[in-house]
Amino acid sequence: MQWDWQFTVEILPRMLWATVNTLMAAGIGYAIAAVLGLIFAMAQRTRFRSLTVTVREVVEFLRSTPLVLQIFFVYYVGPEYGVSLSPWVAGMIAIGLHYAAYLSEVYRGGIESVSKGQWEACTAINLSPAQAYRRIILPQALPPSVAGMGNYLISIFKDTPMLSVIGVAELMQAANAIGGQNYRYLEPYTIVGLVFLIISLFSAALIRSFENWIRRKLGMY
Amino acid sequence: MTYISFLSEYGGRFLDGALVTAEQFVCSLALAVFLAHLAGLLLLSRTMVLKAIAVVYVEFFRGTSLLVQLFWLFYVLPLFGVTLDPFLTGFLAVGLNTGAYGAQLVHGAIKSVPRGQWEAAYALSMSSSKRMLRIIIPQAFVIMLPAWGNLVIELLKSTALVALIAVPDLMFEAKQMNSSTYLSTWTFGTALIIYYVFARFLITPTMRSLERIMARRMGRA
Repeated sequence: MQWDWQFTVEILPRMLWATVNTLMAAGIGYAIAAVLGLIFAMAQRTRFRSLTVTVREVVEFLRSTPLVLQIFFVYYVGPEYGVSLSPWVAGMIAIGLHYAAYLSEVYRGGIESVSKGQWEACTAINLSPAQAYRRIILPQALPPSVAGMGNYLISIFKDTPMLSVIGVAELMQAANAIGGQNYRYLEPYTIVGLVFLIISLFSAALIRSFENWIRRKLGMY
Repeated sequence: MTYISFLSEYGGRFLDGALVTAEQFVCSLALAVFLAHLAGLLLLSRTMVLKAIAVVYVEFFRGTSLLVQLFWLFYVLPLFGVTLDPFLTGFLAVGLNTGAYGAQLVHGAIKSVPRGQWEAAYALSMSSSKRMLRIIIPQAFVIMLPAWGNLVIELLKSTALVALIAVPDLMFEAKQMNSSTYLSTWTFGTALIIYYVFARFLITPTMRSLERIMARRMGRA
């Protein structure tokens, strides 16, 4: 089997377009996860014991079952109850929920790392809990969370190929389609691997410098 | 059809699938632990070539997505005349991938064994291999066990992907049953629960008790 450069050049535009979709899927999934994760984290910090326990169990469940199975579940179960989700919507819900569970743990760690004195100071100057979180606690919880958040951004990106199982037109799906049409799998799959390698190495470096930047910005070394 | 009669009809297939998942899990775990230690030690090596090999291995398998690696091994390798059966391909891919993540845990743990331990072993004029085996690795093992707990669950989840190259594991069986019965909630739901039970009530307690046993043997509990 020889590497065919002409074929590579031929399929490259299509692969690059699919890469845009992959990045979009990762971005949307991450946005959902970031918001939902905060809700999961905050729900575990209320006074209601039963809510804490329930959310805790949901998070554990989401974290310890395979994402690919969750994707299938969301995609196929909807129609049974009369809700048909498009592959994109189902995929984004599944990946968003899965990573929300991971991010909630990151946030929780971040919030818990804020020293107790900060809370006492908030009480002393009469801030409401909402104000305390928004102005004092969460901004300080952010820097220790950035590394974890960044790692999961890369993880979510590397998990997007799983969306191809329900037919989301991302990079892996494009490679499968090209491979099937031309009976050539070497080039498409190798290109997918290279694209992933380049983007994840690049973004890992980017996240490291962002982490340093945010620490400096908030005056925390 | 009630859920009970569904289970009595298809329960056997869930069990068959779960058994294959368990086999995949054990095989890939053994491979991952071996590779993680090998690469983790090579990362510490002062011989540039050995270190470079380990760095390339770790960055490559962490940087490209598991699904891509799996498909590459399954579809591309035969083009070069190497045909592996799906079961072997499955646990090779999962083991190689998780091993790369594990290598970083091993590397980090060995480096966090206190400096004095190295010096003491040196003072007793132990050979470097004896020092590694009897002094450093046992202590590193205790340090890295909690992190391995998470990684082992990730590994279990990763094994679900081998269904996509037609290894008849739990995920695969669930997919097959879904396409013949269209009972998506029950098929995928049951599979999700089996994975959850596997992770939460088998892996997590095992790792916890391993942590306790090791801590006691190190005289730290």
